[in-house]
Amino acid sequence: MNYNWDWNVFFKSTGIGKEIYLDWFISGLGWTIAVALAGWIIALALGSVLGVMRTLPNKWAARIATTYVELFRNVPLLVQLFIWYFLVPDLLPERAQIWFKQDLSPATSAYLSVVVCLGLFTAARVCEQVRTGIQALPKGQNYAAMAMGFQQAQVYRYVLLPQAFRIIIPPLTSEFLNIFKNSSVASLIGLMELLAQTKQTAEFSANLFEAFTLATVIYFVLNMSLMKFMGWVETRLRVPGMMGGAK
Amino acid sequence: MMGFDFSQIGPALPGLMDGMVLTLKLLLLAVSGGVALGTVLALMRLSSNRLLSGGAKFYVNYFRSIPLLLVITWFYFVVPLIFKWISGEFVAVGAFTSCLVAFMMFEAAYYAEIVRAGVQSISKGQLNAAYALGMTYGQAMRLIILPQAFRKMMPLLLQQSIILFQDTSLVYAVGLMDFLNTARSKGDIVGQPNEFLILAGVVYFVISFGASTVVKRLQKRLAV
Repeated sequence: MNYNWDWNVFFKSTGIGKEIYLDWFISGLGWTIAVALAGWIIALALGSVLGVMRTLPNKWAARIATTYVELFRNVPLLVQLFIWYFLVPDLLPERAQIWFKQDLSPATSAYLSVVVCLGLFTAARVCEQVRTGIQALPKGQNYAAMAMGFQQAQVYRYVLLPQAFRIIIPPLTSEFLNIFKNSSVASLIGLMELLAQTKQTAEFSANLFEAFTLATVIYFVLNMSLMKFMGWVETRLRVPGMMGGAK
Repeated sequence: MMGFDFSQIGPALPGLMDGMVLTLKLLLLAVSGGVALGTVLALMRLSSNRLLSGGAKFYVNYFRSIPLLLVITWFYFVVPLIFKWISGEFVAVGAFTSCLVAFMMFEAAYYAEIVRAGVQSISKGQLNAAYALGMTYGQAMRLIILPQAFRKMMPLLLQQSIILFQDTSLVYAVGLMDFLNTARSKGDIVGQPNEFLILAGVVYFVISFGASTVVKRLQKRLAV
């Protein structure tokens, strides 16, 4: 291997203003986190509603949620992203179209598309976890709550959901990590998140290996620290008396 | 508002078929390579040799914590360089090979976890019985443990392969003309990008949904 490693490259000037390459990585990481967190809020909110719908006795509510899940799980993420970024704006009323295509900066319109896309995409996965969590609870919980005169909404609000959410923290964690990784597709519609900044650094500086190694390390550390954090959350919220609760 | 006009899809079908053939070729090679490498990794992970199991664990954790798109992009640049170091001369590797290597190595990490769980679900008595019959470790794995494990984990392996089928669309990033990329460029040429995008979405949906319905049936039948 005759490759000249040069780790100082990140502190060199990019030739644009006073920026050094490290600044690009920091701003890229910022976008990645901004996309993932905003998408996660949508995914968690919508996914919970859909997950509850799938467990309701009302057949239509369950059917709608099932259709949503099948639709969003069987179309590739990239196709969904293109649909939100290229197709959906064309279907908007004219004023909204002009706003999206002309008034917004390219970064903002790409950001909005990718957040909506990832949010709805991940919601289908969150829905399945929430449903599993609710169905994992003993039926007696539901009956006991009804026997105490709770209405259906109250049963979910006070009895089922607080327990279900605590059980499904591990699978939700992996969805949460996935949304960070999936946010890299934003680079394909021109949002300068971490992967796009990495490619740009590799092309500008010609220090390909260093740029991609740093990106890998950032993703790796981000992943590991989020996993540790969620592990801590999980131990704090563990339901006493359930499997794994005694640890 | 705009109307949709699907008139140009008919003439574009042969080109779209070529794209689909490339997608499926990539998928089949990536699945076979990924499962093979994943099985090796799983056996390493289960080995009592600390170095082997540690190495496999690191490999799996490493690839599971970075985005597939990063791997595809990186390998696109790196695989030609590695070929050059190995063979000493420059070889034109091409996007297909570099994508294939990226998918194999990335998916191997996911397949390895499935295979590991599958092997661990086989009762220990099976291995002991095989040893009692005088089999070596290799024979016991190949003839006794792995066939049972694969039967148990077949639905999971297929589910993962359906996910991989959808993920092959990410080769768009390096310009490989797979199904999605073909649909995008054909649509742009004839000025009907939205219609071709919808078509691509429908085709991916039908294949993935159909395949996962079949897998669910298979799962019920294979249940031991």
